[in-house]
Amino acid sequence: MSPRPLRIERQTRASRIGLPAAIVIVAVAASLPLWGSSNLMKTGVTFLTLVALAQMWNLLAGYAGLLSVGQQAFVGIGAYGVWALAEKAGVHPFVAVPLAGLVAAAFALPTAGLTFRLRGGYFAVGTWVVAEVFRLLVINIGWLGGGSGASITSVGRIARDTREAAVYWLALGVAFGAVLLVYLILRSRGGLALAAIRDDETAAAGLGVNTVRSKLGVYLLSAFGCGATGAVIYLNLLRVQPEGAFSLNWSALMIFTVVIGGVGTIEGPILGALIFFGLQQLLSDYGSWYLVLVGTIAAVSAVFAKQGLWGVLNRRWALELFPVRRRVDLDSDTNLAAAEPNPDSTSPPDRSTGAPPAEGPPVATAPPHESTQKG
Amino acid sequence: MAWVNDVIQGILLGGLYALFAAGLSLIFGVMRLVNLAHGDLSLLAAYAALLIVGPLDINPFLSVFLVMILVAIFGYVLQRGFLNFALEDDPMPTILATFGLSIVIQNLLLEVFSANSMGLDAGAIETQALKITDQISIGWFPLITLVTSVVVLFALQLYLSRTRMGRAFRATSDNQEAAQLMGIDNRHLYGLAMAIALGIVAIAGVFLGIRTTFNPSVGPARLIFAYEAVIIGGLGSVWGTLVGGMLLGVAQTIGAHLDPGWGVLAGHLLFLAVLVLRPRGLFAKQVQA
Repeated sequence: MSPRPLRIERQTRASRIGLPAAIVIVAVAASLPLWGSSNLMKTGVTFLTLVALAQMWNLLAGYAGLLSVGQQAFVGIGAYGVWALAEKAGVHPFVAVPLAGLVAAAFALPTAGLTFRLRGGYFAVGTWVVAEVFRLLVINIGWLGGGSGASITSVGRIARDTREAAVYWLALGVAFGAVLLVYLILRSRGGLALAAIRDDETAAAGLGVNTVRSKLGVYLLSAFGCGATGAVIYLNLLRVQPEGAFSLNWSALMIFTVVIGGVGTIEGPILGALIFFGLQQLLSDYGSWYLVLVGTIAAVSAVFAKQGLWGVLNRRWALELFPVRRRVDLDSDTNLAAAEPNPDSTSPPDRSTGAPPAEGPPVATAPPHESTQKG
Repeated sequence: MAWVNDVIQGILLGGLYALFAAGLSLIFGVMRLVNLAHGDLSLLAAYAALLIVGPLDINPFLSVFLVMILVAIFGYVLQRGFLNFALEDDPMPTILATFGLSIVIQNLLLEVFSANSMGLDAGAIETQALKITDQISIGWFPLITLVTSVVVLFALQLYLSRTRMGRAFRATSDNQEAAQLMGIDNRHLYGLAMAIALGIVAIAGVFLGIRTTFNPSVGPARLIFAYEAVIIGGLGSVWGTLVGGMLLGVAQTIGAHLDPGWGVLAGHLLFLAVLVLRPRGLFAKQVQA
């Protein structure tokens, strides 16, 4: 039997529909300032920044195994960064948004030097302590406005319509940018290294993956994303206060969104953001009860449904929208899977995303789906 | 002389921190679980005491025993009914589950008791002090806290080293599978460990409530102090945790002396310094995170 060339596929049926659908959705979202009300734009900013933050946390935890509960540090630094750049350095507030992200990434470097000494749960609390240190430093620095905070007045001088539309587009930019960033990372060589680390760090290191560099890279990128998003959030709120900007609630927001939606997928955080946001709006008359409800759902699904809602849906209906996983294309009835080693050990062929069962042979050697999703 | 007083007050405060930290250290040792809801659970105990003290008309000191038992039972049920399912090699499920629990408890307390600060009134003993010199005086209540802490840690140490159950704890801590093969029911054991851990942190919570006022948002800070005491002292060392708590307390009182805004910050900076200079803590045993 002569070996037949195998095709390595990333596309799925859903992803072929997904791309045009995504273009339509982004186009409609981008046109919102032309027809939507001011309130709708504000709501849009809240939702889009939630998507961006969730993607950034997912990049850390879902792909690099870095469980941070201290990303509020970078949201806060981004918020104060945009304030300092706009008010003190005279940079145009909208230009200051990506710069604030860079400021956050710059602070992330020494932070990583400290927290990377810790593992697992101790890393989690360590990142939290660092976030607390930043909060307390800001409170104690009079130049930054101290405990009572500071106002971003320069953006207030821009005409209201222009400002609201621009902030909305910036929010769309960070959300879209965050999704695109994660997507491009996963499609790259570095993404393969991350998948290997996620599945088995020791084995990945043995195969020549520079695990520390990969993790550090992801940590800095995530800090950049959280910083830029924090800048957008506070351009919308116009007033920065240390208690709010460095609040643990940012972490709660990101973590619950990702856990409910699905850790380690691009689609999960988007779905999670829809659910989180929906519950928040629905229960807005009942104080913090939405956090009680969402927290309970997240805690329970972290234990009993580790892949989140997207994982459940994906397993059932093969809905992968972002083609990031490689599959061996099996279109004949010879048992190719048994004859040919899987070319990509970290992304085994996935029954649910391949051809319908009636057309293709059962892939007997495929490892269980869970192993590919474990984060 | 003022500095001597700071050190003494810091050491006394360290007793309370060690009480917060002991349970955290125990459950990490036994089942490698970092409980992010630890601080909020201690606060739950303080609120439970608040509910008991009023109707029963008893001194908060007496309520400790009842609260301890209630919270310990809650801990056993929480572990067996929920957290046991999250235990695996990957720490992610337990971290996420306990983080979720932390936020849920905070917001439940907020909805039920409001954000107003409350306190437990233990009577005159709260303010009485042992006057040593003009500048140094030792409050009776901080002293009682420290003594309680030492007694609890000593009892825990004895329990772990002398009893049959304590041996099972240590065996499971060393090698979970081997211990299981020797006939140890680890699900029950984990439940028991959580019950003991939360029983101890319940004492800490009630003492905190007597010492200062509290509101639903102060739980996370308790977790962080406890965690810092554990890391400064070194993982797996009971007395290291006490010393870690004391060092943290001293750093905080000296920091607060220099500037009222620097107290907590000084504690964090000490923790970060230890992390840089001795990542495994000052008195670490061979156990590693």
